[in-house]
Amino acid sequence: MRTRLVTVLLSVIAAIMVIPGIAAADAAGGESLKGQIRAPGSSDEGVEGIDIAVSQDGDEIGTATTDTDGEWEVEVPEAGDYHVVLDQESIPDEYELLEKPAGAERDVTVQEGRPFFVVYRLVPQGEAQAEASPSESESADDEEDAAGGAEPAAEEEGVVEAPGVSEGASFGEKFIGLAVAGIIFGLIIAISSVGLSLIFGTTKMINFAHGDMVTFGAMMAMMFSSMTLFSTVHEALAGIPVLGFIANPLVLGLILAVVCGGVLGVVLERFLWRPLRGRNVALIQMFIVTIGVSLVLRHLMLAVFGERRNKYAQFRIQEMLHFGPVSITPRDLVILLVSIGVLILVASMLQFTRIGKAMRAVADNRDLAESSGIDVNRVTLYVWGLGGSLSALGGVFLGLNQTVYWQMGFHLLLLMFAGVILGGLGTAYGAMVGGLAIGLIAQLSTLWFSPQLMNAWALAIMIIVLLVRPQGILGRRERVG
Amino acid sequence: MDLLQILTVSIETAIGPIAAIYVLAAIGLNIHFGYTGLLNFGQVGFMLVGAYGVAVSVTTFDLPLWLGLLASIVCAAILALLLGIPTLRLRADYLAIATIAVAEVLRLLYRAQFARPITGGVYGRNSFADGFYGINPIPPGSYGIGDVDFSADELWLMVVVWGLVAAALGITAALMHSPWGRVIKGIREDEDAVRSLGKDAFVYKMQSLVLGGVFGGLAGAMIALNQQNITPDQFMPQVTFYLWAMLLLGGAARTWGPVLGPVVMWFLLTAFDELLRSLASMDIVPFLETSQIGALRHAFVGLALILLIVYRPQGLIGDRKEMLVNVK
Repeated sequence: MRTRLVTVLLSVIAAIMVIPGIAAADAAGGESLKGQIRAPGSSDEGVEGIDIAVSQDGDEIGTATTDTDGEWEVEVPEAGDYHVVLDQESIPDEYELLEKPAGAERDVTVQEGRPFFVVYRLVPQGEAQAEASPSESESADDEEDAAGGAEPAAEEEGVVEAPGVSEGASFGEKFIGLAVAGIIFGLIIAISSVGLSLIFGTTKMINFAHGDMVTFGAMMAMMFSSMTLFSTVHEALAGIPVLGFIANPLVLGLILAVVCGGVLGVVLERFLWRPLRGRNVALIQMFIVTIGVSLVLRHLMLAVFGERRNKYAQFRIQEMLHFGPVSITPRDLVILLVSIGVLILVASMLQFTRIGKAMRAVADNRDLAESSGIDVNRVTLYVWGLGGSLSALGGVFLGLNQTVYWQMGFHLLLLMFAGVILGGLGTAYGAMVGGLAIGLIAQLSTLWFSPQLMNAWALAIMIIVLLVRPQGILGRRERVG
Repeated sequence: MDLLQILTVSIETAIGPIAAIYVLAAIGLNIHFGYTGLLNFGQVGFMLVGAYGVAVSVTTFDLPLWLGLLASIVCAAILALLLGIPTLRLRADYLAIATIAVAEVLRLLYRAQFARPITGGVYGRNSFADGFYGINPIPPGSYGIGDVDFSADELWLMVVVWGLVAAALGITAALMHSPWGRVIKGIREDEDAVRSLGKDAFVYKMQSLVLGGVFGGLAGAMIALNQQNITPDQFMPQVTFYLWAMLLLGGAARTWGPVLGPVVMWFLLTAFDELLRSLASMDIVPFLETSQIGALRHAFVGLALILLIVYRPQGLIGDRKEMLVNVK
């Protein structure tokens, strides 16, 4: 009993250490957002009359219009994150904005005491598509150099935005906004971690590469959705209501990404894990191999796709829909509904179909399942396929909801672990419940604490669960020590 | 392409301060994993608190350097206690998850906005190592054989770090041949058997976690002294995985394994790096930009980890039988 008391005390101390100190007052300085928009093909000729608006958390901070030299500047009150929008309507007809690598809308972080340069590039009308092709990577490099004052390292890692939650809102409004964002985030965690939990259940292996399978899905969708083939298909079908939506490059990209994710899972199981199990490699060693796989996957994606944060070009700018006190973009609403649909489908598959029952049986007790005639290797293969495609789906949704970058999956992996442990390691339903709870906890914690600590709170929950109920909410009580 | 140049740079890295620092951290990891069987995937967390122990004490609180080093050790020990208490009673996989998560969250905490008054946030801390280089007894100049040479400051740091490595090796070897070490190795082989002999496995595991963590913290403090400028973002989880690859390459549960591994690995990595770089600059390999070399190097380490485990789990000088332990 006394050791229990000591452990609880120590965890309280740990929690206190996590609580933020008092932030120092920001130093006064000349923070502003500025830039110069030049005519294509010239080094000093500016373009006049382009409107730019700067906002923070939905509140407008200021607007600017480029002068005769194409220069503009918006003073901002303090260092922080701002949202910059260039009004595409105000660009003269002979030019258009180069959408790659970032579009008309940017999220930027202003440092204390210095201006932040936002670079927009114009190209002659009709050339944006051609110039955005990957063969001309030089233009992107120029932009990086020109952005002198920008510090990509200062971008907030691991922080998840909650759109539709503004600074000035009342507690109730904020609560509802964050709860909606939390549910969406939680559903994404749940979808991604069902596979993680089932893989642990069937093979007793913790898949540290699962986060990178999430990134893989998001990157695949990014690659497919920016292919010109799909945009031409979409243009041909754009008028037709349902077909037009299905033929949207991103929707097609999502479907292909899910297929690719499933294939990746199956290939890993068939050509790596099954042979390793055949060689009687110990579990500890298997963990290290999953880490090796995650390093290879993550850095190959970094080498191929670069370290830039991207957003999907489709469905980026959307009007909020209002349902009573709840405001949500149609994009997030679709994510919400599709996620719930997919989770219900997966749950009913696990509950009612033959293969689903077999999966649960193998996860419950591999030896018993094998001796009652289940082909354990086949079931494991299906579990990897299911896990891979679900994580890819979660990755696309996360990319749609936030941004796509090479570490997105690794950051989500920590939350997935928290969710899976909270729900019960090895159970599919536990992963769903736990993921949802972790998403909600992470978002709602920003009501009281800094958003930079979202992950820390999710982790604190995980440690408390390990202390009081290591088998998780839905896990069966067994010896885990 | 100048092969001699590549060879020189690789040798300098392999015996230089950075390799020595990784040796120190790998010795800590060897105590955790090699001898006790603990799956610590967050060794970089210990290095982080160690590095900031020095940097924060000297710059933020104006303490002398030796107190800073003491603070590093204390911080690493506290982190080990906090990590161990909830997880050491559970199965090994729980410790693995908790360590990887805690190390990453620590990095996020240290770079957070509210921590800036203490840790300097994303900009980190710098100019705290003057006290260390001020007592450098080696007269300025360049020392070495042939093209392999080091400056006086580098040499001073190398002497200190390799000295620490020697001390750590001595401590580890002495401990592992003592009754304490036999209990520790017993825990790795069969925890229940150790319990049945009346030993409290939890306490022993905790002592091992603290000891290895302190070595990790010291390695972090040496990183701080080496660079004289630290930011949280250099303590990425990849550092831990590098350490794992190095330890497994050298051979876990061997006194000299964690020394051999990092030296060989740094030699290979630098050679790989320099080779790719010179190939890229000569435009021999298409589609290869210099910015991708770092990423490819990480991927190479990942591949090395997989191949090592599959084909030679005992590493260069390990004992295969010792590495066939299974988690219950």
